[in-house]
Amino acid sequence: MSWSLLFFILIGAVSVAAAVGVVSSRQPIHSALYLLMHFVTLAVLYITLDAQFLAAIQVIIYAGGIVILILFVIMLIGSNPVPGDPSIQTWGPFVGLGLGLVLLGSMVYTVMLAFDGVPAAPVGLVGGEPKAVGLTLFSQYVLPIQMVAVLLLVALIGALLVARRPKTDVKTTRSREAAAD
Amino acid sequence: MFDLAWLLFILPAVGVLINLFLGDRMEKLLIGLIASVAVGMSFVIGVMLFVNLLTLPVDARSVTVHLWDWITVGTFSVGASLLLDPLSLTMVLVVTGVGTLIHIYSIAYMEDDERFQRYFIYLNFFIFAMLILVLSDNFLGMFVGWEGVGLASFLLIGFWFDRKDDMYGWYADAGKKAFLVNRIGDFGMIVAMAMIWTTVGTLNFIGVNDAAHHQEFTTAAVNVVCLLLLLGATGKSAQIPLYVWLPDAMAGPTPVSALIHAATMVTAGIYMIARTHGLWYEAAFASMTAATIGALTAFFAASIALVQTDLKKILAYSTISQLGYMLLGVGVGVYGAAIFHLTTHAFFKALLFLAAGSVMHATHGVLDIRRLGGMRDKMPTTSWTFLIGAAALAGLIPFSGFFSKDAILLGALAKAPLLYIIGLAAALMTAFYSFRMFFVTFMGKPRDRELYDHLHESPPLMTVPLWILAGLAIIAGVINLPFVLSMEKFLEPALGAHDAPSLTLEMLALLLSLVVGLFGIVMAYSRYRTQENWVTRMAAPFKPLEPWLQNAYYVDEFYMRFIVNPLRRAATWMADVFDKKIIDGLVNGIGSVTMDLGGWTRSLQNGRIPTYALSLFIGVVAVVIYFIFIG
Amino acid sequence: MTSVNPYLALSAIIFLIGAAGVLTRRNALIIFMCVEMMLNSVNLTLVALSYQWGNLNGHIFVFMIMAVAAAEVAVGLAILIAHQRHTNSTNIDDINLLKW
Repeated sequence: MSWSLLFFILIGAVSVAAAVGVVSSRQPIHSALYLLMHFVTLAVLYITLDAQFLAAIQVIIYAGGIVILILFVIMLIGSNPVPGDPSIQTWGPFVGLGLGLVLLGSMVYTVMLAFDGVPAAPVGLVGGEPKAVGLTLFSQYVLPIQMVAVLLLVALIGALLVARRPKTDVKTTRSREAAAD
Repeated sequence: MFDLAWLLFILPAVGVLINLFLGDRMEKLLIGLIASVAVGMSFVIGVMLFVNLLTLPVDARSVTVHLWDWITVGTFSVGASLLLDPLSLTMVLVVTGVGTLIHIYSIAYMEDDERFQRYFIYLNFFIFAMLILVLSDNFLGMFVGWEGVGLASFLLIGFWFDRKDDMYGWYADAGKKAFLVNRIGDFGMIVAMAMIWTTVGTLNFIGVNDAAHHQEFTTAAVNVVCLLLLLGATGKSAQIPLYVWLPDAMAGPTPVSALIHAATMVTAGIYMIARTHGLWYEAAFASMTAATIGALTAFFAASIALVQTDLKKILAYSTISQLGYMLLGVGVGVYGAAIFHLTTHAFFKALLFLAAGSVMHATHGVLDIRRLGGMRDKMPTTSWTFLIGAAALAGLIPFSGFFSKDAILLGALAKAPLLYIIGLAAALMTAFYSFRMFFVTFMGKPRDRELYDHLHESPPLMTVPLWILAGLAIIAGVINLPFVLSMEKFLEPALGAHDAPSLTLEMLALLLSLVVGLFGIVMAYSRYRTQENWVTRMAAPFKPLEPWLQNAYYVDEFYMRFIVNPLRRAATWMADVFDKKIIDGLVNGIGSVTMDLGGWTRSLQNGRIPTYALSLFIGVVAVVIYFIFIG
Repeated sequence: MTSVNPYLALSAIIFLIGAAGVLTRRNALIIFMCVEMMLNSVNLTLVALSYQWGNLNGHIFVFMIMAVAAAEVAVGLAILIAHQRHTNSTNIDDINLLKW
């Protein structure tokens, strides 16, 4: 057992534990913190895979952006545990669990066979450094990156529109402001 | 000149359109005038074409005017073409000539009717369809006209669809009856056309006649085709077993009865058989069947006419009887004689109907001869012209009916003596009932004083056509005098020649016809004028038959009981049981199964997000498993 | 380390944990986080395979997925807020109008 594998097992175990924590926490705020931990472990794993740039933005976007956003929302709408409605008895989770185990089994089975003994072809000199990724991104994938930009813009406007208070509220707010002036 | 033939039927069509779209704003007289002029111009063109045809050499007297290709589907090709030959032009002249007179007559007759405009639209449409029928050079075109005149007939029989009386029931039902009975005949026509096309690959009359002549049909096939055509003819020309609609057709206005149900449309069956004579030459059995049906119809219809009391009903049965003669004629192969009788019959029967219409005009609809009588004093023109018509119908020399009926009977005598005897017996009855009508209606003393006091002669617009038709009824015989046979010779290019019977036979037939006709008249005179009882004594053995005759042998009742009612019951069963239980059950069953399935699957759509997520997940698992283990 | 197999196996495990969370939890926010986790497990797969084949395309994909995830989070959370404001609940069972 090499050091790198040992390191992987350690980080992977933390990652799985954090994931289980996300799923099983009663409080959303705990889930969010577990999620943060999970994202960071993934960033570490990216580095072991020569993806330094992705590791960086994993921390910046997920840990720094998305998790913070989620925390904001929790702050906004409260984090009371959701009372379970006993009237809704459903067999869905059990079916899902059974299917999930089947899926897990088959995927792990496949994965274990897939690259067994096939040596990795490391990215080499360029690796996953920002320069290499940037060159690929802005040469070969310049059109998709533009589309992503548009997508983000649309999402921004959409989020604003959806989360905005109803119009009447806006009006009353404005009139109140006008009265204050 | 022949290129103008399309004007023949376009003119009445134009009349229809003008009256249809502009008639609302026109005076009644103008509407009638436009309709009459349209038909009159057709007649003039018909005469011009006729004269033109006469200038051609005999062999060339068959002109096809191709207007356009009508239907071309694969090898099936039918042109919109007109066939101008002696036969079609004779028919054109009869249709437009008699038609014009009846149009003029109708202007006065229908003067007070609220649906005057509609009447003339229908009448012009009838002429239009009838001309298509007689001018078309193929079965399909003729069938279009055939159905067109059927429609016109239906519309005009039920013209007073809102009226009802004891004799006809609802008038609209009379029209319906005519239409439905004719459907049976049309079925025969359509099947016959299909058989002809599959056998010889053409529907052109000349082509079919040639094909028959060259034995392209087997004997069985040609007989079947001809029997089917005969079914069509019995429908349209009111022969046994489909004659039952014609007596009821008298519910229509009298000029309509004169034009459609006496002079022209009902002769379409005869015309059709003459037109396809090439087939009938080969179909001995079918021809003999046609002759037998014709003779029997002539006989039975005449016997029914003996005891009827309604003037128009007598004339209706008389028409059936005379059409029977024509069918006898074409059946025994004397096509020229049949067409000759068709022509003369058109004149004298139209005359009789119009005279009856004149009586009706004066009596405001009363036509029961038991209430009429002595009308001669008040309506001289009507009675004189009626007398001429009756004489022609009775076959009195030298009126036209004598020659034409004799020509047919002569053909029957040469070919089927038994049918000749039946025809002769019918001729006796014809003479009797013709003069019974005349004597009872116009002679003697008035039976209904009040009715009599209000009588008046009809206006000139009605009497002039009567006189013209009376003149034609007298002299039309000259166009085909015995031994001269100018008309039969004229028609020969279209109908083929047949052997002239021997002189003795011909003389015998003439003599017998004459004697029988005169005897019938004498009987009628003795019975109804001098009240001698020898006629009654002679008729005594037939006395038990009287209720049968009065009720037209109960044929209507028979049909009603054994055909109409079973069919109606079957239809009721179909509608109430089969349709509701089985068809609707099937449809509703499919519907309810779908609804149940939908209701069941609907419960899957419970609106809960986890359920949708689960189904998504199931899909993912299925795809992954497919790719790992199967794909 | 010469094989990426452990990474792929880890990815599968995380994916299924996320899926289990989506299917079992009632709180919309937690479901949301589980979805993010599933996306991340896919990212891990892509990075691992990119490493395996010495090809940067996988990295580009991950980049795109992150962008889409960011957009999704923005809109999704906005919807959550709107819904919460409407029903005063973040229970997924209260979002049940999506039927007949």
